[in-house]
Amino acid sequence: MPDDNTPLLKVEDIHKSFGGQDVLKGISVNANRGDVISILGSSGSGKSTFLRCINYLEHPDIGRVSIAGEEIRTKKDKSGSLVPADPKQLARLRARIGFVFQSFNLWPHLNVLQNVIEAPMQVLKLSRKDATERAEVILARVGLADRMHHFPAHLSGGQQQRAAIARTLAMEPEVILFDEPTSALDPELVSEVLAVIGSLAEEGRTMLIVTHEMGFAREVSTWTMFLHQGKVEEQGPPDKIFKNADSERVRQFMASHLH
Amino acid sequence: MTWVAFLEMLPKLASGAVLTLELLFLSACVGLFLAVPLALARVSKRWWLSLIPRTYIFFFRGTPLLVQLFLVYYGLGQFEAVRESFVWPVLRDAFWCAAITFSLHTAAYISEILRGAIQAVPVGEIEAARAIGMRFHQVYISVILPRAFRMALPAYGNEIILMLKASALASTITLMDLTGTAKTISSINYMPVETFVTAGAFYLAITYVLTHVIRFLERHLHPDRKEPVMIVG
Repeated sequence: MPDDNTPLLKVEDIHKSFGGQDVLKGISVNANRGDVISILGSSGSGKSTFLRCINYLEHPDIGRVSIAGEEIRTKKDKSGSLVPADPKQLARLRARIGFVFQSFNLWPHLNVLQNVIEAPMQVLKLSRKDATERAEVILARVGLADRMHHFPAHLSGGQQQRAAIARTLAMEPEVILFDEPTSALDPELVSEVLAVIGSLAEEGRTMLIVTHEMGFAREVSTWTMFLHQGKVEEQGPPDKIFKNADSERVRQFMASHLH
Repeated sequence: MTWVAFLEMLPKLASGAVLTLELLFLSACVGLFLAVPLALARVSKRWWLSLIPRTYIFFFRGTPLLVQLFLVYYGLGQFEAVRESFVWPVLRDAFWCAAITFSLHTAAYISEILRGAIQAVPVGEIEAARAIGMRFHQVYISVILPRAFRMALPAYGNEIILMLKASALASTITLMDLTGTAKTISSINYMPVETFVTAGAFYLAITYVLTHVIRFLERHLHPDRKEPVMIVG
């Protein structure tokens, strides 16, 4: 067990460039158990890329990621980016990091229940019965008990995103990363998804949320990071960042996004 | 054409159709079975691994099926090693020569169909599987292959129908398939038009049934698919 000083998620000095363009220029974050960290910034600031680097969906050029003190082992590939050195370890650590995508990415050939039990059965080796029991509780929680046997194509965007959150929760992850979870939704469907994420924050889950929902971010987060041009422009408690940030850039952004 | 002649040829053509269907069924199944590893190797990032199916596909797509059939039926028997080996009882038999050649031939095409389907699986669905902690092989089993099979089904059905018609070449190596039977009948009754029209009707009937089986499978494997959209105007 890690001692109390070890952050649950430790991300150090992530650098990433695409075709000579530096997208991330050294970003770090530590998340302790129960932290809800919102990551804000205008589009192109590198928020999503940063989040994807944490579980190596994107390979950073420099940087280190640890979960509860265990670092994801990497090696340099020919192009100079860091690639996972041990696929087995990466899969094991990814199973402890939930990831919720902007575009849901449910598996369309499986119904909602099958989407939720697939990974617990394959990765955690739960029996179908145990996985189904677990899934039923979670689906009821996200308000999809009556949609369990529907296919993703027959659900609204909000329902699909709640199903995707249920799929992640079924793995009982220690950290959940949300990559603009409501950006692909019609405005009237945003609140049902935010309500689910908000309830997860309330029960003390550790989460990193990239979002454009400013009011929501301010309400649920314990810490706010503002990214600008691949760097942390400013970070602090949400009240400070939203109300009286030191950075002129952040104040401008808030003025144009909070009404 | 007299009805007697017609009634006489029907049972013969029907037994020819059975042989055609046997060849088709075998090559469609074995071809699919071979195509899966070929397609998986084809999408591999390791160049030497993808070279194997590339070479295989190059030869089997690049030469006529008839040439392949002759090479297997007439060619292999030239080698004494083959004649003395345990496979000779199989390779001596025209039916197995045709079944093997058709399977190898259609496998090349099916593997290309599957490769296209594998590469068409949306990257987000694969990322979701990776991000949740699935290993490489689990991603294939849970997401990529089930998705690819569904997407490949219409093209696979098309390939089966093409093979149905290509199987007429079996008649060139003495097999009494539908075409071979028709050829023999017409040389006896001197009614080539009537005989080959009837044989053609058999092919049409088989194609009709195959089309509906494939359509049924498509519907069965796509429970998520909504009713077809009517495009008006």
